[in-house]
Amino acid sequence: MSNILMQVENLSVTFGIPRRGGWPWTPPDQLQAVSNASVTLKEGETLGLVGESGSGKSTLARAIVGTVPVSGGRVLWKGKDMVGLSAAETRAHGRHVQMVFQDPLAALNPRMTVGQVVAEPLVTHFPDLSKSEVRDKVGAMMERVGLLPALVNRYPHEFSGGQCQRIGIARALITEPELVVCDEPVSALDVSVQAQVVNLLQDLQRDMGLSLLFIAHDLSVVRHISNRIAVMYLGRIVETAEAGELIANPRHPYTKALIASVPIPSPKAERARHRPVLEGELPSPLAPPSGCVFRTRCPIAQPDCAEVRPELLEVADGHMVACPHHDDAANADQQPAESVN
Amino acid sequence: MLATRAIADQLAHKDAVKGRSLWADARTRFFRNKAAVGGLIVLLLVGLFALIGPFIAPWDYEEIDWSVLGRVAEAGRPSLETGHWFGTDPLGRDLFARTVQGTQISLMVGIVGAFIAVIVGTFYGAVAGYFGGRVDNVMMRIVDVLMSIPYMFVLILLLVVFGRSMLMLFIGIGLVSWLDMARIARGQTLTLRNKEFVEAAVATGVGPFTIILRHIVPNLLGVVIVYATLLVPSMIIYESFISFLGLGVQEPLTSWGALISEGSGEMVNGTLWMLLVPLFFFVVTLFGFFFVGDGLRDALDPKDR
Ligand SMILES: Nc1ncnc2c1ncn2[C@@H]1O[C@H](COP(=O)(O)OP(=O)(O)OP(=O)(O)O)[C@@H](O)[C@H]1O
Ligand code: SF4
Ligand SMILES: [Mg+2]
Repeated sequence: MSNILMQVENLSVTFGIPRRGGWPWTPPDQLQAVSNASVTLKEGETLGLVGESGSGKSTLARAIVGTVPVSGGRVLWKGKDMVGLSAAETRAHGRHVQMVFQDPLAALNPRMTVGQVVAEPLVTHFPDLSKSEVRDKVGAMMERVGLLPALVNRYPHEFSGGQCQRIGIARALITEPELVVCDEPVSALDVSVQAQVVNLLQDLQRDMGLSLLFIAHDLSVVRHISNRIAVMYLGRIVETAEAGELIANPRHPYTKALIASVPIPSPKAERARHRPVLEGELPSPLAPPSGCVFRTRCPIAQPDCAEVRPELLEVADGHMVACPHHDDAANADQQPAESVN
Repeated sequence: MLATRAIADQLAHKDAVKGRSLWADARTRFFRNKAAVGGLIVLLLVGLFALIGPFIAPWDYEEIDWSVLGRVAEAGRPSLETGHWFGTDPLGRDLFARTVQGTQISLMVGIVGAFIAVIVGTFYGAVAGYFGGRVDNVMMRIVDVLMSIPYMFVLILLLVVFGRSMLMLFIGIGLVSWLDMARIARGQTLTLRNKEFVEAAVATGVGPFTIILRHIVPNLLGVVIVYATLLVPSMIIYESFISFLGLGVQEPLTSWGALISEGSGEMVNGTLWMLLVPLFFFVVTLFGFFFVGDGLRDALDPKDR
């Protein structure tokens, strides 16, 4: 955990949504899927990114790999801004940043053999490699992810979900990237297979010195694999901290709710625990609440929360929170207990 | 690991395993469909007829049998003795040879039209759909404009102004045949380009034209092939209609449309074979293509995967 590999600074991604029934020249609605998000990733580190569905995790990931246009902010790769590179430069950069997708089968071209799928990044970035070199590398990589190299001529639909995800991982790693963005890589898999794939990712990360950006919609998987965790809500990063610190000592009311929603293995502890349940739905990103976007569901919201947008501030060493009231929050939690005494 | 080991056991005796592509699956499904296979056999027979017909016909398609001229209704009947197996046309030319010749032209028109549609339409639509935005807008508006032109009228005008020729006919057919295909290909591309495997290729840094060729077009091909097999008969009908109007192929060449037109004109003289023979080939071939197209659609239907 030494050098900073990538810094995302105040990144925003806005989609234009054509207004229903509008004229062709009516300006489209602006949907801000990611708003002023900042995260830092060190070499060899795993950063977990959690948030419920629709919070903009995939969009942030896409902005990082460059498949979605960025509307503001910077993505610094080893200090060099990746936003605004020419198309050819962005493509060349693809060698260093690869992505693993949520739906393992949909991420593989049904008309290509597994060998062709895995070889594609290699032949794209190293067009001078001979056929036999490509074949050898693909075979070795398939073996590395736990697939038989003899299966290179098979097609994706002949594999199970877990195997398809291994193929996706092999494709992502064949160019020896420095960062792999995993967008909910195990959400679509059977529980028994999830652990295998997570373990595989961890092994590969250790052996190849990779950095991982690991996305999930709850903390159960992320807490095991991540060094640091960032929590996202409606396009904003609301809290980041070391994984252990975030789980043990969450500050933001949304993080607390997320942790509360992860089941505790022991039923006794589960029952005894005080559960701040999250009520209501995620507000529409087309019309986010003013001030703090979490205020519509926040158990400790104050009147001033509607006015200023809370900034992500460091409250302890490496622990950043976007809520000016997080300290009151700790008190508010204790108050009922104290009043009983 | 467990799963791969299971496969390893299964395949212990084989080394490099050959996969079953979706094409192979589709082929199996297609050959299980009796109507489609029947249609394919009919088409093969018609194709064979067009190919080897000239070598077995006792008469040439231009040659006039002077012995039947003037009494075609009696002497020009289909018969084995005279060698006019399908009879003769009103000028005493052998109808078998002429049907062979007309089949060649009609099939060629249909296949060339479908071929242009597949090549031009697929790439045009794939490019428009993949790039989207303004490129798509401009490219598809051009298609809209071309479609709104009454092409039959334009073609007739072309044939009248530049004279009737095969080239003009093919130009006219080429101009219109790809438009629908372009729309279909574009619509499919719009859904394909949001698929994650395309995004994976973009993220990896594969160039846009490589993506179109490697990821978009192969996945369009199912729809394109089905539509192309249905386009062949519509091109044949199109040509037949023009020939029926007397604007198609030039004498002494002929086509199904021209033969049918001629035959229907002679109906009053009691020479019904002149109509029935080309009509039979025309109808049988159209049905063949429809059955094959239907079979292909079922076989390639992605919902069955
Ligand atoms: N291409 C797009 N065009 C318009 N809106 C989009 C697009 N992609 C995402 N959005 C919107 O941006 C918001 C964030 O979407 P995103 O997919 O990033 O969420 P997510 O956190 O990954 O959710 P999930 O857990 O369901 O994957 C959503 O409201 C979504 O509707
Ligand atoms: S800023 Fe206000 S509304 Fe937002 S999380 Fe903190 S207390 Fe809740
Ligand atoms: Mg997502």
